[in-house]
This record gives sequence, structure tokens and C-alpha cells, in this order.
Amino acid sequence: MHEVTITSGRNMHLIDPYLTIWGWEIPVYLFLGGLVSGILFFSALFYLRGKGDQYPTMVYRTPLFAPFFLALGLLALFLDLEYKLHVFRFYTAIRLESPMSWGSWTLAVIFPMSILWALMHLHRVYPQIRLPFRWLNQGIAFLNRHARLFAWILIVYASLLGMYTGILLSAFNARPFWNTAILGPLFLVSGMSTGLALNLLLARDHREIRLLSKIDVMAIAVEIFLIIHMFMGFLASTQIHIEAAKLFLGGPYTAEFWILVVGLGLLFPGFLELLEISGRRIPRQIAASLILFGGLLLRFIIVEAGQYSQWFSW
Amino acid sequence: MPRYAMVVDTQRCVGCADCVVACKTENNVPDGFCRDWIVQDVTGVFPALHMEIRSERCNHCENAPCVRCCPTGASYIEEGGIVLVDHDKCTGCKACIAACPYDARYVHPEGYVDKCTFCIHRVKEGLEPACVEVCPTRCLHFGDLDDPNSEVSRLLKTRHHHTLIPEAGTEPKIFFLT
Repeated sequence: MHEVTITSGRNMHLIDPYLTIWGWEIPVYLFLGGLVSGILFFSALFYLRGKGDQYPTMVYRTPLFAPFFLALGLLALFLDLEYKLHVFRFYTAIRLESPMSWGSWTLAVIFPMSILWALMHLHRVYPQIRLPFRWLNQGIAFLNRHARLFAWILIVYASLLGMYTGILLSAFNARPFWNTAILGPLFLVSGMSTGLALNLLLARDHREIRLLSKIDVMAIAVEIFLIIHMFMGFLASTQIHIEAAKLFLGGPYTAEFWILVVGLGLLFPGFLELLEISGRRIPRQIAASLILFGGLLLRFIIVEAGQYSQWFSW
Repeated sequence: MPRYAMVVDTQRCVGCADCVVACKTENNVPDGFCRDWIVQDVTGVFPALHMEIRSERCNHCENAPCVRCCPTGASYIEEGGIVLVDHDKCTGCKACIAACPYDARYVHPEGYVDKCTFCIHRVKEGLEPACVEVCPTRCLHFGDLDDPNSEVSRLLKTRHHHTLIPEAGTEPKIFFLT
């Protein structure tokens, strides 16, 4: 036997018996960050390919939501802080070793960029709306003249945002379930998939719906590959990583992860999208809603399971 | 420059928790929290059981993950290798808590993250940390690892010892004599 007991009476708030430092705020932010990353990435990508008129939802309409989602995500992050008055401290230091510092500076760039990108295309979706202030109109006209360069930068920052949400967690060596390099690409692809799902929900043109379904099926396939790869990596690693994987292979997260996230959030909507591609008319809202639900739940489960997994078990 | 460390003689520790009470008193640790604690680690098969009693706290790691991950620089390594938190820079983002494999940090009710400081305010005055001073069995020793004549260096040279989770690569500076 090996039994470790704290005998001096330790039951600290948020720490014992296992970490609960990050509640709903962080998974909600990770979800919204990933969603915005997906929205902006595909908008900029298809804009650069000159497909704005062919796929107006993806390129022009959905990005109008991006600043609002990102603002909600930032609000969630703010609510998570225990010392809210010190929020400005994120922007008084550049800490190259800290993924959270990278993330806060990335957000400082991509949040204003998402607002500008939405304003740049507002007139295409709502031609009747006129922007106030001469300087604002001049600024947006200037950006529209350099829209291709703007789109390239947006692609880079959208990818950084999507990837960072996973790297933030994977950098914590102390939490075995988070400590896998797969989380970065997994959250990136999952963010892309949720972005596509929101586009799917809003799209009206059948040709656009088919394209979105095609890309999303590929994203789902990559996501499933990464999930399998993640567990293979854990099982081939040290005992603490094997114990972390067991949380999902017979442990407390098994049913909700494999049934709700993988089954209902990936495989089933992927199947519906395949039917859509093959020409059958399936209500696209079902697949899109399930993917969004699966993406949110994936983050909730991973954030909680990471805090549950530890080096000690007392 | 000194490199402070603590040596815990598990052969002498009886788990009385005087160190815990002294720390709470000296540092005004709020109710429900503690900067150090007592662990009983039992291994073996009955009746051949072995129990190690340890007084544990922040390990003041040389390769401190809490310092690396801090986005604002609030967690830092003070002169002498003591890991500290600058309350004025801390946002309470809790990244350092997630990064610590020893779960040695907590959120102070005032919002900043708090932990063992090796009683740096006492050390600067030439005193020992409160936990070391009150220990009735003299099982806690504090000193400079780089001084070959210090008590901690002498004990580590002559006694078997281990650290906690050395495989995490954090290079802890709390040593347990066995």
C-alpha cells in the first residue's frame, strides 16, 4: 500500500481535495475564443481567395458576430480573475515564457482587429447603415484598400488564438491530463469546426451549406484522429499520464466524453453532414447545434479533468 | 549570494503541527488556509509498514513552473532563491496554482495568490523562519546550500535524503532526511 494523508487539517478553498480554480468562465472563454478563431480564419481565407460574393455568410455576415463573442469571452476571463482591479497588469509585462502572457497580448491585437474586420464588411451586409464620424469612415476606407494584407494578418492571429487556447493548458506540467502537446492542435481544429458550425447555422445558400459541410467533415475527421492520438500518447507515457487517461477510459468522465462529446458532438453531426454532401436534405441546424454543443462540452470536460488529474493522490 | 533551502528530518518529526500554527500566527494566514502542512506517508504491507511524517510547504524550486507561467511577473525568485509573489502585480489568474505540482499555493481572500515565503522578513533580520524556530523536536533546519559549512549542507552530505516529485524537474529546495 501507499497512502498519503494530510494530518494537520488542510481543506483550502479551490485547492483541496483537488483543484477547482477554474470553473465555468475558462471553458466558456476557450470555447468563444476557438469559435471566433474559426469564424475569422475562414472569413479571411475565403476573402483572400476572392470568394466573398459566392460565400457571403462565411466571408461577410458571420464575422459581424465575432467581436461580440470575443467580448463575451473576455468578460468571462475578467470574471475569473480573483483580483479584478489588477487586470491592467497583463499589459504591463511581456513574459515570453508564459503562455497566458502570449494569450493576453494576442487578444489585445485580435479583438480590435475583429471589430475592424466587421466594420470593413458592414456595408456589404447592411448597405443602409452608415458609419458615424468622418475619421472612422476614412480609416475603414484605408483598411479596405489594404484588405488583403489585413486578411493575411488576421489568418495568423486567428490561428494563434485558436492554438493558444490549447497551449495555455498543455503548458501545465503539473496537471497530467493537460500535459500533452495535442491540446494545441485539438483546440485549434475544434475551434475551426465550431466556427464552421456557426456559419452553417447562418448560411442560406445551398452551395455554401455544402461547402461548409465538406470542410467541417474534414475538421471532424482530424479532431477524432487527434483525440485518438492524444489517448495513445497518454497510454504510451508514464504512470501518471496513464492514470490521467483512465479518467476517460472507465473513469468518471468516460460516459459524458465518449457519448456526448465524441458521439453526439462529432460523429453524429459528421454523419449528418456526409448525408448533406451526398445530396440528402438534412436540417442543417441539427448538425450545427450539436457541433457547437460538443465544442463547448469538450472544453468544460478537459478543463475539469485536467484539474482533477494530479501527481499526488491523497 | 546565498541559496536558501530547508531540510526536514523525518526521523525526528512527530507531526505535532507546531510549524503550521507558528506559520499561521507569524504570517497572519487567514482562516481555512495554510502555508505549510503535515503529511503522513505510509508504505508497505501490514504488519511491515513504514510511516514517514513530513512537514511540507512551497519547495522554492530552482526551476519554478509557477514563476515561468506567471503572465505579469508577480511570481518571481527573490535573492537567495526564495520564490515570492508580488501582491501588487498579481491578478489572481491562478495560472501559478495550476502550474504547481505540490499544490502549495492558494488564493488569499484579498484576491492575490499567497504561499510560503520562507519567512523572508525574518531571514533578512538574521532570524530563522517561524516554523524552524518553534519546532520542538528540532527536525527543521534552514540555511544556505552554497555554504559547505552550513547545517543544511552538512546534513545533506551525511544523511540519506529525498525531494518531492523530483521527476517533475522542478529542482525543489526542501529536502527530507530519511
